[in-house]
Amino acid sequence: MIWSDAVRLALRAITAHRLRSFLTLLGIAVGIAAVILLTSIGEGIHQFVLAEFTQFGTNVIGIAPGKTKTGGAPPSGIPTSVRPLTLDDARALERVANATAVTPVIWGNSEVEANGRLRRTTIYGVNAAMVKVFTLRVRSGQFLPPGEDESARGFVVLGAKLKNELFGAENPLGARLRIGSLQFRVVGVLEAKGQFLGIDLDDTAYIPAARALELYNREGLAEIHVSYEEGVPASRVAEAVKAVLKARHGREDFTVTTQEDMLRTLSKILGILTAAVGALGGISLLVGGVGIVTIMTIAVAERTNEIGLLKALGAPSRTILGIFLGEAVVLAAVGGLAGLTLGVGIAQLASFLVPALPVHTPWSFVVLAELVAIVIGLAAGVLPARRAALLDAVEALRAE
Amino acid sequence: MPQIELRSIERVFTLGDSEVHALRTLDLAVEAGEYIAIMGPSGSGKSTLLNLLGLLDRPNSGTYLLEGRDVTTLTAEEQARVRRERIGFVFQSFHLVPRLTAAENIALPMMLAGIPHGERSRRVAQALKDYGLASRADHRPDQLSGGQRQRVAIARATIMHPAMILADEPTGNLDRATGEDVMGLLEGLNASGVTLIVVTHDAVLGNRARRRVAMEDGRKVEDR
Repeated sequence: MIWSDAVRLALRAITAHRLRSFLTLLGIAVGIAAVILLTSIGEGIHQFVLAEFTQFGTNVIGIAPGKTKTGGAPPSGIPTSVRPLTLDDARALERVANATAVTPVIWGNSEVEANGRLRRTTIYGVNAAMVKVFTLRVRSGQFLPPGEDESARGFVVLGAKLKNELFGAENPLGARLRIGSLQFRVVGVLEAKGQFLGIDLDDTAYIPAARALELYNREGLAEIHVSYEEGVPASRVAEAVKAVLKARHGREDFTVTTQEDMLRTLSKILGILTAAVGALGGISLLVGGVGIVTIMTIAVAERTNEIGLLKALGAPSRTILGIFLGEAVVLAAVGGLAGLTLGVGIAQLASFLVPALPVHTPWSFVVLAELVAIVIGLAAGVLPARRAALLDAVEALRAE
Repeated sequence: MPQIELRSIERVFTLGDSEVHALRTLDLAVEAGEYIAIMGPSGSGKSTLLNLLGLLDRPNSGTYLLEGRDVTTLTAEEQARVRRERIGFVFQSFHLVPRLTAAENIALPMMLAGIPHGERSRRVAQALKDYGLASRADHRPDQLSGGQRQRVAIARATIMHPAMILADEPTGNLDRATGEDVMGLLEGLNASGVTLIVVTHDAVLGNRARRRVAMEDGRKVEDR
């Protein structure tokens, strides 16, 4: 039998019982819609969280002083010696292969006074490369000038919120500003970045690292951040960074963390979450599958006579198997399509009504869901179709 | 060589713990183009005989040679092929598929045989014309009269150009005049060379056949 004829026969049988077929495929449709809706939300959250974490760029390696390890206490009570990370270390890392930008970081909390107002805020000591490493955008003025490490002038760049708090709508460029005991001049204001894990990224002031060391009376940096070219494996850059610092320090007294590792783990966790909610939706899909088994069993019983006729007309068992399997698959496939429309529709509606809810439906999920529906149709159809194919022709013809 | 040759066919059904001999050592030879009526009371084994001839049932013992070939040893698949290509069935209750139109019912055997669409519609159009159903092509069985239904069934039975037609009480559900009509059609087919085997318990109908086989209790009691 030509397969298009089989599909046409299946469609005829399905449309012969409109309400019954509709209710059956509704079961599959609801299941597919649930799976698509839940995985859309799961995937939306996945992407949202990853975007939160990658808004500073994904290809960043962090270096912190001190090796993360546990060991025995030193015998003589002498404190362990860790060489601090210095501005020289940071400069040395600029020569690492594939590194695109390096910035030292020192942070602290200080009172900032300007324009007759006072505010306590987070101060970051960085260098000109900060903009590049963490993809910051300057709204007005400029960022800290490059190439002045130790001899850096007292310039400050303000976060969007800090600027508003201190200067309101006024133009702060060129204004004088006091942080702790040091005097600074405002050279730029950054674009608003929003919040990240509860930290307001705009309530900040960026000053040169050398000035921050002076301000907080520190000898070493809190961290060094290295960004590297897109597509280069993080591990390779991390190894190069380690080699350079080991050569300078004589041993590995620092810790290297790649963002790629962290993101991969996070992405895996979120992926499992999406799969889990998808599986919850899958339960309703299973119920839909049982509906198809039921209706196909009824169809075989009702059409026993017709099966006998088909056998008399010379249909081999596999053709009859194919006809009933085809019906189950068409039911499931049409239900799947209806479910996809429903699921994607509700997902889009939800994201329209609640813009805060991240929703994302990848095409691969849509195709996969439809395939799942078809497989469910096949699985649900096997038992009734087998029964039809194995019916005795004489008995089937005699059935009323 | 006869078209159909049955040699000491036995068919035993087991009902509960008792055995029912539907056919006992039956021998029958049928030449191509014959017109035979198989007659007898209900339970005489005539329907079982027809089912065996149509390869819908297998004998417990004996051989069935169809056109010189032993068909009892064929696989189910091969038997289906023989039914499709050599045998046409006409049933008392028509056995039309209720949701298909007259044209689609007639086309069903060709659909199962995988004959392409163009060839199919050409042959169906011809059959509809031959059986006076041209204006009924798009009607479903419940919109047709009994006589029209049986004509659709006959058109379906002949659409694959079978060598024989097996008719089981073809007029059983029809009134006298319509029954005459249908028998006329079947006899016309026989006149064109198709072997016609009719099962009936109606003596008037049986007497129209050139050869009559009377059955009783699974045995052939008369053959003339």
